[in-house]
Amino acid sequence: MQLELRGITKRFGSLTANDHISLTVEPGQIHSLLGENGAGKSTLMNVLFGLLSPDEGEILIDGVVTPIHDSGDAVRRGIGMVHQHFMLVPVFTVTENVVLGFEPTKSLDRIDYKRATQEIRELSHRFKLDVDPEATLENLPVGIQQRVEIIKALSHDAELLILDEPTAVLTPQEIEALMEIMRSLAAAGKSILFITHKLKEVKEIADVITVIRLGKVVGTAEPTMSEGELASMMVGRSVNLTVEKTAYDPGETVLEIRDLVVRDDRGLVAVDGVSLDIRAGEVLAVAGVQGNGQTEFVEAIVGMRRVEAGTITLRGVDITNLTPREALDAGLGHIPEDRQRDGLVLSMSVADNLVLNTPRRAPFAKCGTRNFAAINANAERLVHDFDIRTTSIFAPVSSLSGGNQQKVIVARELSRPLEFLVASQPTRGLDVGSIEYVHRQIIEYRNRGNGSLIVTSELDEAYALGDRIAVMYEGKISGVVEPSISRESIGLLMAGSSMAAAGV
Amino acid sequence: MSDAATSKAPPEEAPTENPPRPALYRSLWARYTSTSPIIVALYALTLGLVFGAIIIIVTTPAVLDAWREIFRHWDALPHALNVSFNNVGAAYRAIFTGSVIDPQGFWHSLTTGQNWPNTLTPLSETLTYATPLLIVSVGVGIAFQTGLFNIGANGQAVIGGVAGTVVGSMVRLPTFIHLPMALVGGILGGMLCAAVPGLLKAYTGAHEVIVTLMFNYVTYAFLLYAVLSTPFQQPGQQNDIGRTLYPSAILAPLFGTKSGLRVSYGVVVAGAVVLFAWWLLDRSSLGFDFRVTGANPSAARASGISAKSVIVIVFLISGGLAGLAGFVQVASTTHYIDGGFLIGNAGIGFTAITVALLGRNRPVGILWASLLFAALSVGGRNMQAATGIPLDLATVIQSAVVLFVATPILVKEIFHLRGTSQASTLKISTNVWGS
Repeated sequence: MQLELRGITKRFGSLTANDHISLTVEPGQIHSLLGENGAGKSTLMNVLFGLLSPDEGEILIDGVVTPIHDSGDAVRRGIGMVHQHFMLVPVFTVTENVVLGFEPTKSLDRIDYKRATQEIRELSHRFKLDVDPEATLENLPVGIQQRVEIIKALSHDAELLILDEPTAVLTPQEIEALMEIMRSLAAAGKSILFITHKLKEVKEIADVITVIRLGKVVGTAEPTMSEGELASMMVGRSVNLTVEKTAYDPGETVLEIRDLVVRDDRGLVAVDGVSLDIRAGEVLAVAGVQGNGQTEFVEAIVGMRRVEAGTITLRGVDITNLTPREALDAGLGHIPEDRQRDGLVLSMSVADNLVLNTPRRAPFAKCGTRNFAAINANAERLVHDFDIRTTSIFAPVSSLSGGNQQKVIVARELSRPLEFLVASQPTRGLDVGSIEYVHRQIIEYRNRGNGSLIVTSELDEAYALGDRIAVMYEGKISGVVEPSISRESIGLLMAGSSMAAAGV
Repeated sequence: MSDAATSKAPPEEAPTENPPRPALYRSLWARYTSTSPIIVALYALTLGLVFGAIIIIVTTPAVLDAWREIFRHWDALPHALNVSFNNVGAAYRAIFTGSVIDPQGFWHSLTTGQNWPNTLTPLSETLTYATPLLIVSVGVGIAFQTGLFNIGANGQAVIGGVAGTVVGSMVRLPTFIHLPMALVGGILGGMLCAAVPGLLKAYTGAHEVIVTLMFNYVTYAFLLYAVLSTPFQQPGQQNDIGRTLYPSAILAPLFGTKSGLRVSYGVVVAGAVVLFAWWLLDRSSLGFDFRVTGANPSAARASGISAKSVIVIVFLISGGLAGLAGFVQVASTTHYIDGGFLIGNAGIGFTAITVALLGRNRPVGILWASLLFAALSVGGRNMQAATGIPLDLATVIQSAVVLFVATPILVKEIFHLRGTSQASTLKISTNVWGS
């Protein structure tokens, strides 16, 4: 099946998740959609699968304009989707899961399991999937569960398979096996749209690569392109912001991280022996493709995730494995990666959010009773000083734009006595003006002689802010470099090359 | 939006047109069509009464007969409408006179100065009914605001009632210390009963809905055991009746025993509870932690709030208030507990869930909601006596009101209300920490 997307545009309020995206998938082709988290890949796939309707643009199947209204429509047109999070019932057998929603019946509305089982055996054999139709799903390893999803799609005669980040949950061996399956599917004439942000896999499997960034197609790449080139395409170079910095004059070491090991939610090692020193008067930017352990790294520093091994020292004091409260009291400022989840209470007022993590600090409370005069005065002052655009300090934070919401967090953190600032993706999703503002605040903080650690997946941001740039890859620091280094070299480090191989 | 409120906004984000100050009628109209919680609640009450009227019409034989007539001849329609109106009117009049005041009696008392106790009895009964309901509902509301469902308030009230009565009937002390001790006993009993689900939730992740719900059954069994076993059973009784409170441990009638009005010093306790809850939720840093936790557990964690301690403290407060309500119920009405204590229709701990919803989990809102529910229940009895319409209609109206409050979109559609849905959406956070 040939699939063509023409000028697909999808907006959510003021955010344009997909901006005139066009691409073509040929029959038997493995087409890779490469982009960072939040680049708009999943939105595009949901449009294609009929879960979202596009604001503009059209979908062509074999050259015919075919509107897709819902997922049933998509399935009937021969589009199958393997979701990142499987849509399967753990206590059902493979067969039951596969027939779910499209049960073949015999007389008296009984489900024809025999026929279904037979079909699954055939599909399994034909595409070397090796799945036992009678096994109970929850007893199967993740890799096999994923194959059940693939079988489910194939059993509805899918001609085009969408695989949404299929390797995110797999072990290296399972990834290898999945690649084999994808090749055999392509050989049988099925088209595959493979969504990922992992460069190595793309290079290994894809026939064509479409890179998207911030909702736009940045370009089409050949799998022969180097990983460094792909990485810099993905991370982009369009925004060019420069911030006034005083001369780099680092003082004593403020934060010392030694051999840090942290596990992710699945219990896998996400941060693997990271050691870094950050000194007074410097910004250390941690660059890297998202998902290489940065999130866990930051959470471990601010006390939101257990440190498995290693130490974190703040001005000579051990702050390893503090509670979030203790970390706050030790003077760690934190601009969280997901501001709406971890940084704000959207239904509460700007004033309340500005004291969210210091409600008991004088003068905001006396004897357990909140002092609203002080809280409101604080809010008026910060709204003015940090130029937070709001109708009132009593307006709920949800009524503010994303940039102003972020300013609330920046104002809150920078206005309390800090020893060190940790910021994670501080400008994600912000407009250019707000990006510049947040950057200026961070640099002013640094110019006052403070240390900070900024995690970013935007290369431009790393260049703009960092006095040094540490590159993180698969939980390790693959290099710490000066910002004078070329983008290509950093791109190579982001793709996992060693310092020597990157020509540093 | 007032002009002052927008002055802070910079030009590019300010509203493009600044409307002039609205004339009085416009502001009144704006009030009636706004979606403020109070307005929505009033509309919901109206709809609830309309719904109740329909129920009366379709269930009262006399009314149905009148309607059946119109199939035979058209001109029976005015009569049918008249009969319907009379029946509904009589029922609602009975609810009002039975729960608030009878205007004729009130006028009589006002002009002659006689018969005041009789005139005030409905109001007194409503307050007596509302007092424990208010206290337990405030406790449930505090838990709701933190995103916790305390479905076990009834059981906690039962244990609190038993504990308070044990202190009040088996210990002899002077009044000034005995009554406070018994009240504290009630609070501690409720706390003890709520601590178990609280600790289980905080330390093992056990879901509080299941644990608290099941705990109700445990407490009923305990209640029966208590009123049937030696130390607590009324001496000389074979039935399921507990000991009677000493006079030093009861909540005395507010206007003296001779007035015949049952309303007791319990209303003072309830007033203190509302004040405490208002301070806790709106003024204290602890309550701020509760609300942050209820609205966004992730942000609460990142802001250094310990979910574990919040869960335990909220359950202790919620259970303590339920226990207090249980004892207030005993000490202001029967002065003893029997095996049917807070069971069935009397289960104020369950009614409290709907009262808290109607009051939007705010202390003052709950105050009004519990008065409304008490009035409907008390007035319902009078309606049953006066018109023969069953008491259950009061429950139907109560439920319908809550239903309409819980579906603000429906109410907004019916009355063409405008404004942000945020103000009117009844939001109960169902966030469950981690687990």
